[in-house]
Amino acid sequence: MDRSEWPLWEIFIRSQHGLAHKHVGSLHAPDAEMAIKNARDVYTRRNEGVSIWVVPSAAITATAPGAKEPLFEPANSKVYRHPTFFPMPDAVKHI
Amino acid sequence: MHVERARFDYLLRLADSDLILAQRLGEWIGHGPVLEEDIALTNVGLDLLGQARLWFAYAGEVEARFEATGRDEDALAFGRDGGAFHNLLLVEQPNGNYADTMVRQYYFDVWHRLLLVALVGSSDARIAEIAAKALKEVTYHAERSADWVVRLGDGTDLSHGKMQAAIDALWMYTGELFVPDAAALALVQQGIACDVSTLLPAWRDEIDAILAEATLDVPNTPSMYKGGGSGVHTEHLGHLLATMQSMQRTYPGAQW
Repeated sequence: MDRSEWPLWEIFIRSQHGLAHKHVGSLHAPDAEMAIKNARDVYTRRNEGVSIWVVPSAAITATAPGAKEPLFEPANSKVYRHPTFFPMPDAVKHI
Repeated sequence: MHVERARFDYLLRLADSDLILAQRLGEWIGHGPVLEEDIALTNVGLDLLGQARLWFAYAGEVEARFEATGRDEDALAFGRDGGAFHNLLLVEQPNGNYADTMVRQYYFDVWHRLLLVALVGSSDARIAEIAAKALKEVTYHAERSADWVVRLGDGTDLSHGKMQAAIDALWMYTGELFVPDAAALALVQQGIACDVSTLLPAWRDEIDAILAEATLDVPNTPSMYKGGGSGVHTEHLGHLLATMQSMQRTYPGAQW
């Protein structure tokens, strides 16, 4: 008998209309449909969501932790890329 | 039968099946096959417990209309003996393996959903209101248990075998789902209660379709146990109640 574990799924939940789906965690499920149901029960019990995405964890390609320096460090020294040099009118929210 | 007395009995039947099944599902806490199932199944149990509370609360109010006082939720749930419980025999059956639990759930969920759809149209506004709230939860329960019936039935040889055994073993308790008792019949005329015998064709259609998809055979044994509605139970209820009621029996009225 195959006693291997169910595949792992990454769960993304949109908490309100207009916001993007956000990664909330992962879980095991035999297939995508059950992953949605499990996500509903594990991650939306307290009214957290209006939409759920599930993605097989195996489908995600990630950056290698060892490549941190060449990938991310060059951005550290380039403060002019942050739009912090402009005065913002108080009335403008959510910039 | 006095209409308020009948209404009280009817509400107790609705509450008792929810409560007893919730207790059974609660027994799975910490024992689910995987963490996700453990959470999902006990969520279903909590939904049913919430529904039981609504029915009990209303039952207590109705009881006060023909008795000096009406009992509260705790008194009704923890203060009655087995013979005074009117739950379906199906829901008091032991959890067994996961196939047994899922088949029990599936038989019940499909029936429960059809019942609530009917009760949403009850002439008793309070019953209609509770049914509408419960229906949303139970629609999900029925989808979820149908999913498992299909996956386990159409799964490995081992899971198929266990599912067919559960389908056959629990079948005898499903006849009772469609036999209206005296309390229900007294209320059907006024449009308060649902005549459950009318739910059978839709229930069978759905069971036939899902079991076919699950490559499982629908039993053709006609023999059906009944008695839950009149307080005659299988030997399993007493043990369940002993566990469920022990705290309130030991410390009556205890609060925390």
